[in-house]
Amino acid sequence: MISDTVVELSRWQFAVTALYHFLFVPLTIGLSVLLAIMESTYVMTGREIYKDMTQFWGKLFGINFALGVTTGLTMEFQFGMNWSYFSHYVGDVFGAPLAIEGLMAFFMESTFVGLFFFGWDRLTRGQHLIITWLVALGSNLSALWILVANGWMQNPVGAEFNYETMRMEVTSFGALIFNPAAQVKFVHTVAAGYTTASSFVLAISAYYMLKGRDSAFSQRSYTIAAGFGLAAVLSVIVLGDESGYTDGEVQKAKLAAIEAEWHTDEPPAAFTVVGFPDQEAMVTHDAIKIPWVLGLIGTRSVDTPIIGLSEILENNRVRIRSGIKAYGLLQRLREGDRDERLITEFESIKKDLGYGLLLKRYTENVVDATDEQIDLAVKNSIPQVAPLFWTFRVMVACGFIMLFVFIVAVIASSIRKCRKNWVFRLSLYTLPLPWIAVETGWFVAEFGRQPWAVAEVLPTFLSASSLSEWDIILSLSGYVFLYTVFLVIEVFLMMKYIRQGPSILHKRRYHFEMDERGG
Amino acid sequence: MIFDYDTLRIIWWAFLGLLIIGFAITGGYDLGVGVLLPFLGKTDEERRVILNAVGPTWEGNQVWFVMAGGALFAAWPTVYAVSFSSMYFALLLTLFALFLRPLGFDYRSKMPDQKWRGNWDKALFVGGFVPALVFGIAFGNLLKGIPFQFESDMRIVYFGNLLGLLNPFALLAGLISMSMFIMHGAVYLQIKTVASVARRARKTAIAFTLVTIILFALAGWWITFLDGYHITSAISSNLASNPLAKFVKRGPGLWLDNYGHIPQLWAIPATAFISALCTMIMSRLNRPGSAFIFSCVTIASIILTAGGSLFPFIIPSSISLSSSLTIWDSSSSLVTLNLMFWVTVIFLPLIMIYTSWVFRVFRGKVTVEHIRKNSHKLY
Ligand code: HDD
Ligand code: HEM
Ligand code: HEM
Repeated sequence: MISDTVVELSRWQFAVTALYHFLFVPLTIGLSVLLAIMESTYVMTGREIYKDMTQFWGKLFGINFALGVTTGLTMEFQFGMNWSYFSHYVGDVFGAPLAIEGLMAFFMESTFVGLFFFGWDRLTRGQHLIITWLVALGSNLSALWILVANGWMQNPVGAEFNYETMRMEVTSFGALIFNPAAQVKFVHTVAAGYTTASSFVLAISAYYMLKGRDSAFSQRSYTIAAGFGLAAVLSVIVLGDESGYTDGEVQKAKLAAIEAEWHTDEPPAAFTVVGFPDQEAMVTHDAIKIPWVLGLIGTRSVDTPIIGLSEILENNRVRIRSGIKAYGLLQRLREGDRDERLITEFESIKKDLGYGLLLKRYTENVVDATDEQIDLAVKNSIPQVAPLFWTFRVMVACGFIMLFVFIVAVIASSIRKCRKNWVFRLSLYTLPLPWIAVETGWFVAEFGRQPWAVAEVLPTFLSASSLSEWDIILSLSGYVFLYTVFLVIEVFLMMKYIRQGPSILHKRRYHFEMDERGG
Repeated sequence: MIFDYDTLRIIWWAFLGLLIIGFAITGGYDLGVGVLLPFLGKTDEERRVILNAVGPTWEGNQVWFVMAGGALFAAWPTVYAVSFSSMYFALLLTLFALFLRPLGFDYRSKMPDQKWRGNWDKALFVGGFVPALVFGIAFGNLLKGIPFQFESDMRIVYFGNLLGLLNPFALLAGLISMSMFIMHGAVYLQIKTVASVARRARKTAIAFTLVTIILFALAGWWITFLDGYHITSAISSNLASNPLAKFVKRGPGLWLDNYGHIPQLWAIPATAFISALCTMIMSRLNRPGSAFIFSCVTIASIILTAGGSLFPFIIPSSISLSSSLTIWDSSSSLVTLNLMFWVTVIFLPLIMIYTSWVFRVFRGKVTVEHIRKNSHKLY
C-alpha cells in the first residue's frame, strides 16, 4: 500500500511546480492581450511610439514567456510521472481537454511567438498585428482548456465509472465543456491574468515617471494599463465564482470551509470578516460578522441557505457507508461475476464508490472497515478550514486594494493635476499584490477540494504513483534547486531590462541613448 | 461518421506514430543543432548564426513533443501512466535538460558578457544531448520490456530502477537516436548557413549519417536474438480496455514475427538505409534541401521499423507478461477516441498549414552580416 509520506511528498511537488508555473502564466495571458492592444493602436494611428511600446513590453513578455514554457513542460508530464493512478483512472476524461489544449492553443501560441519577435521586418504591419492577436488568442485558449480539465476535477460532470476498465469514461463531452465550474474558473482566472499584467505595466511605468524618464512613453503605457486594469479587476471581483458552487457536495464543502460556516444558518447567511476557526470544536472564535453579505456573495439570493460543514459531514457518513457496499459489489464484478442483479445494484450506488475509496487510506479491505475507521474517514472528508479561511481573505483583500489602486490610476491618467508622486509610488509598491492573489486563489481552489483529487470520484491519497520516498525527495529537490536558480536569473534579467527601459530598443530616442549622444 | 473501436485504435496508434515522427523531424533537428552549437560555431557570431537558424521556429517544433505527451494521455491513458511513472528518472532527466532550452535560446544573447554566453552555450548543448539520447533509450526499453505489473484496483507497480533502464541494448538505441538527430541538425544547418559554418555542417552531416547507418544495422542484427513478445490468446480488438485479459509469451527473435508474416514490411528498414545513403550523397553534392528530405525519410523509417516490430504491443511487461499493454487493451473509450479523432483531423492539417507558412516567412540563409545588422533584435 502506498504510504502517507509518498502522498504528502507528491502533493508538495505538485503544489510547488504548479504554483511556480502560475507565477508566469498570468503575465503571459494578460501581457499578450496588452501587447495586441498597443500594437492595434500603432496600426490605427501609425505613431511609432506605440510600436516601441509593443516592442519594449514584448521584450519583457519574452523573458517571462521562456519560464512559462519551461515550467509548463513539467506540468504536462507530471501527471503520468507522479500521479499514475490518477492518469489511469481519469485519463479518458481528463486527457482530452489537455490534448485539445495542445492542438488548439500551444501550437498556435508557440508557432506565432517566433513571428512576433522576429517577424517585424518580414511582415506587413497588418500581418504582424494579426500574429500578435493570434499569440494572445493562443494563450487565452490554453487557459480555457486547462481550466476545463481542472474544472472537471472540481465538479466531475459528463463521465461515468466503468467496472470493466476500472476507470472513469466520458459520457457527454458537451457537459464537460459547459461545466459551470469550468466556466466561472475561466472567466475569473483570465481576468486575474489581465489584472496581473496591468499591474505589471502600471508599476513599471510609474517607476519611469518617478524617475522622470521617457515621459511620453511611460505616460501612454500607464494610461493603457490603468484603463485595462480597472476593467480587469472589476471583472475579477464582480464576475467571481458564483455558479460553481451549485453542484456537487465537494464544492459546497469548499464554500462552507472558506467561510467557516460550521452549521447551516437561516438564509441569508452572515459574512465572517475575520475570526479564528477551530476545526475540533467546530466554532470560529472572535468572529466579526456582517449580516446578509455571505448569502449574497455565495448564492446571489436572500433565501437560499449555505449548507454548513456539520451537515455535509453527516451526508458524507451516509455516502461512505453506501460506498463500502459499492466497493464490495465492484470486487465481485472484477472477479468476473456478471449476474444481472449484481450489475443493476452496482449501477444504482456506484456514484458513492469514491466515498468507499476514501477508506483505502485506513484499510486495504474497504468492505470490513471498522466504525473507528469510518469515523476517521468522515472526519477527514472535508478540507481543513483555517488555511482556506485565511488565504481566501488574503486574495479578497488584494482584490480590493488593487481596485483602489486602479481607480486612483485612472483618475491620475485622465486628470493632469492628480499626477502626484504618491500615486505613482502606490502603483509601484503594490506590484506584488496580483501574484499574492493568484497564488492564494489557487491554494483555495485546490486545497479546498481535499481530500479529493477528483471530487467525489477519486481521493488524492490513491492518485499518486507507487514511487518510493527517495524517488520523490530527489526529484523535488531537483525541481526546487533548478527553479530557484531560474527565478534568480529571470528576476536579474527583468530588472536589468526594466532599468534600461525603452533605451534597450536602440531607437536613438530614449533616455540613456540621449545621455550617450549628449555626453 | 463513426468508426469501429478496432479501427479507431489502429488510427490512434498511427496518430501517435505521426506525432512522434513529427517531433523527431522538427524538434529533432533543434536538438541536433543544440548538440552541435559549441562545435560548429567557433566564434560568438558564428554561434549566434547557428542559434538564429532555428531561433524563430524551435518553440513551435517543441510543441510536437508536448503534444505527443498530451495525445498519449488522451488516447492511451494507461500507457501514459505506465511509461512515465516507470521511466521516472529518465523522464526527469529529460525534463531538466529541456528546461535549459527556452532559457538558453531566450536569455543567452540578452547580455554581452562572454562568460554568461559561454555558460548558456553549454546549457543548450546539454538541452540537446540528454533528450536526444533518452528518446532512444526509452524506445530501446520498450523493445526490452519494462518491469511493471498491475495490482489490485489496477494499481501500477514498477520494479526496476534507473540503472536497469541503461541496459546495453537501450544504450545502443539511445546512440542511434542521438546520431540521427545530429545528422538531421547538421543537414539543417547546411541549408540555413553559409561559409565556414556550412562547411563544418556538411562534414558533420556525412559523418553522422554513416554512424547512424552502422548503428542501425547493429541494432537490426541484435534484434534477431533479442527477446521479443507475442500474444498467444485470441485477440478481441473490439472490447473494453482490460490489459489483463490475454496471454503473452516471450522468446528470442519474436520481434521479427511481423516481418515474417508480412514480408512487404522489410521495405521500411530498407528505405531507412537507402535514404540515409541519399542523405550522404546529397549533402556531399551541396544539395542540402534534398539531403534534408532524405534525412526526414530516414528518421521516419527508423521509427517505423521499431513500431513495426512492436505492433500490436505498446509497452510489454517483462515481469508479468499478461500485464503488457497493447493497442487492443490500453486505449481510451470509444467516445473519447472518436471525439479526439475529429479534433485531430481538423486541427493537425491547420497546424501544418500555418507552420509551413511560418517556415516560408523565415526562409533564406542566416549570415554573420545579418547578425551584426540586427544585433539587438536577434537571439
Ligand atoms: C490559466 C492558465 C493556465 C493553467 C491553469 C496552466 N497553464 Fe500551462 N500555460 C499557460 C496557461 C496555463 C500559458 C499562458 O498558455 C503558458 C504560459 C507561458 C506559455 O508559454 O504558455 C503555458 C505553458 C504551458 C506549456 C508549454 C507550452 C509550450 O511549449 O508552448 C505546457 C506543456 C503547459 N503549460 C502545460 C500545463 C499543464 C499540464 C497544466 C495543468 C496542470 C497547466 N499548464 C496549467
Ligand atoms: C489541470 C490542472 C490541474 C490539475 C489536474 C491539478 C491537480 C492537482 C493534484 C492531483 C494535486 C495533488 C493533490 C492535492 O494535494 O491536491 C494538486 C494540488 C495542488 N494544486 Fe492543482 N491541479 C491543476 C492545476 C493547478 C494549478 C495551475 C495550480 C496553481 C498554480 C494548482 C495549485 C495546486 C496547489 C496549491 C495544490 C496543493 C494543494 C494541497 O497540497 O493540498 N493546481 N492539484
Ligand atoms: C475580491 C474578490 C475575489 C473573490 C470574491 C474571489 C473568489 C474566488 C474563489 C471563491 C475562488 C475559489 C474557486 C474555486 O475553486 O471554487 C477563487 C480562485 C482564484 N482566484 Fe479569486 N477572488 C477574488 C479576487 C481575486 C483576485 C484579485 C485575483 C488575482 C488577481 C484572483 C485570482 C484567483 C485565481 C487565479 C484563482 C484560482 C482559479 C479559480 O479557481 O478560479 N482572485 N477566487
